[in-house]
Amino acid sequence: MIVATQPVQRPAKARLLVIDHDRKIHHVRRASFVDYLHAGDLVIANDAATLPASLHGVHVTTGDAIEVRLAGRPSLRPEDINYFTAVVFGAGDFRTRTEDRLPPPKLAVGEKIILGPLHATIEQLLGHARLVTLRFEGTADHVWAGLAHHGRPIQYAHIATGLALWDVWTRIAGPPVAFEPPSAGFALDWHTLSQMRERGIEFETITHAAGISSTGDEELDRLLPLDEPYRIPEVTARAIQRTKKGSGRIVAVGTTVVRALEHSARLDGRVRAGDGVATQRIGPSSRLRVVDAILSGTHEPKTSHYELLRAFLDDETLERASRELDKCNYLTHEFGDSVLIERVRKNLRGHHNPRPDTSYVRRKPLVKG
Amino acid sequence: MDLKGVRVAITGGTSGLGLALVRECLARGARVAFVARTEEHVEQVARENRGAHGIVGDISSKNDIYPIAMQITGELGGLDVLVNNASDLGPVPLQMLSDTDCEDLERAFYTNVIGPFRLTKALMGALAASAREGRGAVVLNISSDAAVNPYPGWGAYGSSKAALHHLTRIWGEEQPSEHINFLSLDPGDMDTPMHRAAIPDADPSTLRRPEDSAREVVDAIAAKLTRSVLPGASGWVHSVQTDAKEFEM
Repeated sequence: MIVATQPVQRPAKARLLVIDHDRKIHHVRRASFVDYLHAGDLVIANDAATLPASLHGVHVTTGDAIEVRLAGRPSLRPEDINYFTAVVFGAGDFRTRTEDRLPPPKLAVGEKIILGPLHATIEQLLGHARLVTLRFEGTADHVWAGLAHHGRPIQYAHIATGLALWDVWTRIAGPPVAFEPPSAGFALDWHTLSQMRERGIEFETITHAAGISSTGDEELDRLLPLDEPYRIPEVTARAIQRTKKGSGRIVAVGTTVVRALEHSARLDGRVRAGDGVATQRIGPSSRLRVVDAILSGTHEPKTSHYELLRAFLDDETLERASRELDKCNYLTHEFGDSVLIERVRKNLRGHHNPRPDTSYVRRKPLVKG
Repeated sequence: MDLKGVRVAITGGTSGLGLALVRECLARGARVAFVARTEEHVEQVARENRGAHGIVGDISSKNDIYPIAMQITGELGGLDVLVNNASDLGPVPLQMLSDTDCEDLERAFYTNVIGPFRLTKALMGALAASAREGRGAVVLNISSDAAVNPYPGWGAYGSSKAALHHLTRIWGEEQPSEHINFLSLDPGDMDTPMHRAAIPDADPSTLRRPEDSAREVVDAIAAKLTRSVLPGASGWVHSVQTDAKEFEM
């Protein structure tokens, strides 16, 4: 695949690789995504807006320049904005590949960090030289204003120009709680949503604090995705129950939607309205109880996103799709092309993999609070 | 009608009608965020109106829009009602259109049309979510009789308000499936700093108090929210009888 280097959410030439319920592969324009949906289907997207979660500043003890990337939060409550899990880098910015970034100075509990108008204290070290819990000083409004004015969207070296919030907010963006954009939702615009409604396809949202996709450090990357708080509105939970009773499918726009819905349904298969924290990893041994199809970006093998796709489909078909993506020069990363994966028909509601579900092994929470 | 728990954002919230709207919404139990350009005015209004979230920003500036939108939805946890109230009069004192500097016209359009367009667009996702969740969603654009009547001397203001009015109508036609109510309201001639700038020798006793207009504007919002949550209702019923003139759309 080729890396997409232009921050354009809906390029006219965006492509979609479809793996249908018979494991057949189709290459189409992404704009025709709606043609693969049916009346009675329920499409669910993540309406999180993206925080400007990259903050440059100074480590007060040493005077060294640092970059802090906010990466986790204990809940989605508006006033719960003082504590964050954060990844800290040394001097430099997104123009340097994360793998090549300087480490931060040695960090210690109680040390102060100044990030533009925001003052923070290191509350906890989280078992890695770059991973900490930060506490911002001041009222919630002060922290929101500080983030809004001083923060920039987290970005990586494959995009040469600095991103603005309008580059990373989806059309449906609502509460600003994601640390990186829920980029599968870039495919949606208001015209597409109105087309869906005209065809009897329902649309609802959840809010999920999508975390960071890469830290440049192998050991830290193995911890991804970190715990992610989510909220499922009552209307969405009801729509899922209604769809499950009928013949329609639940179509998730993005991996975060799969993670939230499957977490909510982990006990008895029923999605409940309300707040939760997704702690599980989804992979080949996960049993999907809710989601029947996923619209996602194009992901490379070994990434956590690719692992999640393995819950939908056998490895052989996924590998075939990966070869097609390479051969046909699909674009990858957040502004790249998309895939639509339908679960195989005969196991639509079932469990295509007999291995035990180990995705709910409890991990230590990373955020205080 | 109360607005208990309704999340409202008001631009131009530190004086005139905007300030009266902040107070009226708070009094009815709404959760309110307001926006204005001058930090000390924002701080003062936030101090004097407990519970109101003050946001410093300039609606006419492209780079301020997303930080404003982010603070609104961040601090309120979403948004049910957006009131685009901040307005620019154009040249002061008022000028014939042929004498109006291009910069004055541009500023009026940036504040009265392009700013509200940008902010509404940035907040459309939050508003649509409120509508889907049955809370109702309203975008209320403060208009003027100058938007429909060609008053001499009001060229920059009147033409920009006419554009905002039409924008509101088109949005209303395009977005029925999202169940967001788009309203354009004329609050009448009020005794406000803007009116004093436009007509310094006006007799204040002939002008409306901004508090009275604010009460009617908030009544119109509450009526839309109530109708929005009724089964099958999707806005666009125009039976609101108030002194504030709701344009036929």
